[in-house]
Amino acid sequence: MPEKKYKRIDGRAPDELRPFSMRVGILKNADGSAEIRLGKNWIIIAVYGPREYYPKFEASQERAILNCRYHMVPFSTTERKPPKPSRREIELSKVIREALEPALILEEFPEMGIDVYIEVIQASGGTRVSSITAASLALADAGIPMRDLVVGCSAGKVDGKIVLDLNEEEDKEGEADLALALMPSLNKITLLQMDGQLAPDEFKEAVELAKKGALKLYKAQIEALRKRIEEMR
Amino acid sequence: MREKKQPLSVYLLSKQVRQLIELNKRIDGRDLYSFREMRIKTGIVEKADGSAVVELGKTMVVAGVKFEIGAPFPDSPDEGILIVEGEILPLASVSEEPGPPTEEEIELSRVIDRGIRGAKVINLKDLAIKPGEKVLKVFVDFNVMNDAGNVIDASNIAVISALLTAKYPDIKELKGGRDINEASRVQLPTHNIPISVTFANLFGKLVVDPITEEEVIADARLTLTLTSEERICAVQKGGSGTLTFNQLFEALNIARRVSNDIRKLVIRETGVRHGQE
Repeated sequence: MPEKKYKRIDGRAPDELRPFSMRVGILKNADGSAEIRLGKNWIIIAVYGPREYYPKFEASQERAILNCRYHMVPFSTTERKPPKPSRREIELSKVIREALEPALILEEFPEMGIDVYIEVIQASGGTRVSSITAASLALADAGIPMRDLVVGCSAGKVDGKIVLDLNEEEDKEGEADLALALMPSLNKITLLQMDGQLAPDEFKEAVELAKKGALKLYKAQIEALRKRIEEMR
Repeated sequence: MREKKQPLSVYLLSKQVRQLIELNKRIDGRDLYSFREMRIKTGIVEKADGSAVVELGKTMVVAGVKFEIGAPFPDSPDEGILIVEGEILPLASVSEEPGPPTEEEIELSRVIDRGIRGAKVINLKDLAIKPGEKVLKVFVDFNVMNDAGNVIDASNIAVISALLTAKYPDIKELKGGRDINEASRVQLPTHNIPISVTFANLFGKLVVDPITEEEVIADARLTLTLTSEERICAVQKGGSGTLTFNQLFEALNIARRVSNDIRKLVIRETGVRHGQE
């Protein structure tokens, strides 16, 4: 059967991630920073804070307020993307913030704010999940106490098959696209989005596959943090 | 992000909501997986090409469809255009203010849009008049008039009900291509009835169709949108909390059951069965 020989547009197996790398502490001014490359994706993250939150009357007496901006630079996409945040970027900023927040112990910093700035330098499918993976590294680099790292991965359906980590072409042509982020040690979902169409069984398969991919990236996250600590010594 | 402030009375009930949920009960007497009572009325706005008002408990959403003729997007010259957009109006609750769309409203619009698009309610190729030149553009706007919780599902039902009952200028096949026959208006061809089911994760328990009193203390929100064939066509987790994998798969089972009841109600109120005729 062709089952075993199935190859994707870029030659990957159905459960294979694109080549990836992560680096922590790449920006000088930020309190924490990280970059991730996954296939042709390239994303840089900076974290500022905890720092005093302005305007003060909007600060919380119970916890730090987390702000998050997901932004694509104009030349990151095939068609130029105007610099002004699109509706898509505004939605993604929200869901990414909500994906990171459960991992952060914000109660330790009342009246403070933490800003996460995500800049997509090149986009090629799966930027939201990669942003989460790198952002949680930058937050750890900033020394913010966390319950766990958050790691994101995508899966979807292409040519009738459930596959891991869709690239740009697969994302465009595919029948469904699912984004998942989780705290692996706690086994809790912090982000879940899907569009397209999947049967219930396919949906479960895609969720499990995305989780499997995320666990691989989680190991690389820990490795990247370890490397950063060694560099600082 | 600053938290939205609700009236004090909402927070005063938090303790009770929590105590009841531990007993698998809810503050308004519903069981965990029941929707509030729902009323749908269609054809409520004469000037709209399709319209509906949905009352889900005290939550109220009005949706309207407008058609326009215009140029297609360059990357899809033989397809019409569908735009679904919504707002939570300033009159909808004490926490709403006039101004540009908030991220909550943008998320709401995009979740509804994904459900309609994912279920392929409209075949955009049906809307081409002269490929590359003239296509029919379908605008569906929805407005939350009263936000008493779960605006997502109320908006989804209002939008689908307005679309199912929309009448559009008939596109007749003519010799040189397609042109518009303004005189005869026909039912917009629709092909599916996606139903969203939204859950709140309350202290580890899932409840369907949360009210504001539940939303303010919920750990996370989960929306699953299902097509008429019970396929999943949109998913969105919201809120700064978490879900377990077991909860997700449990929610899917519940949504499959509950969405059927809601769909039957939509069919009854719109008279459009699975949108096929």
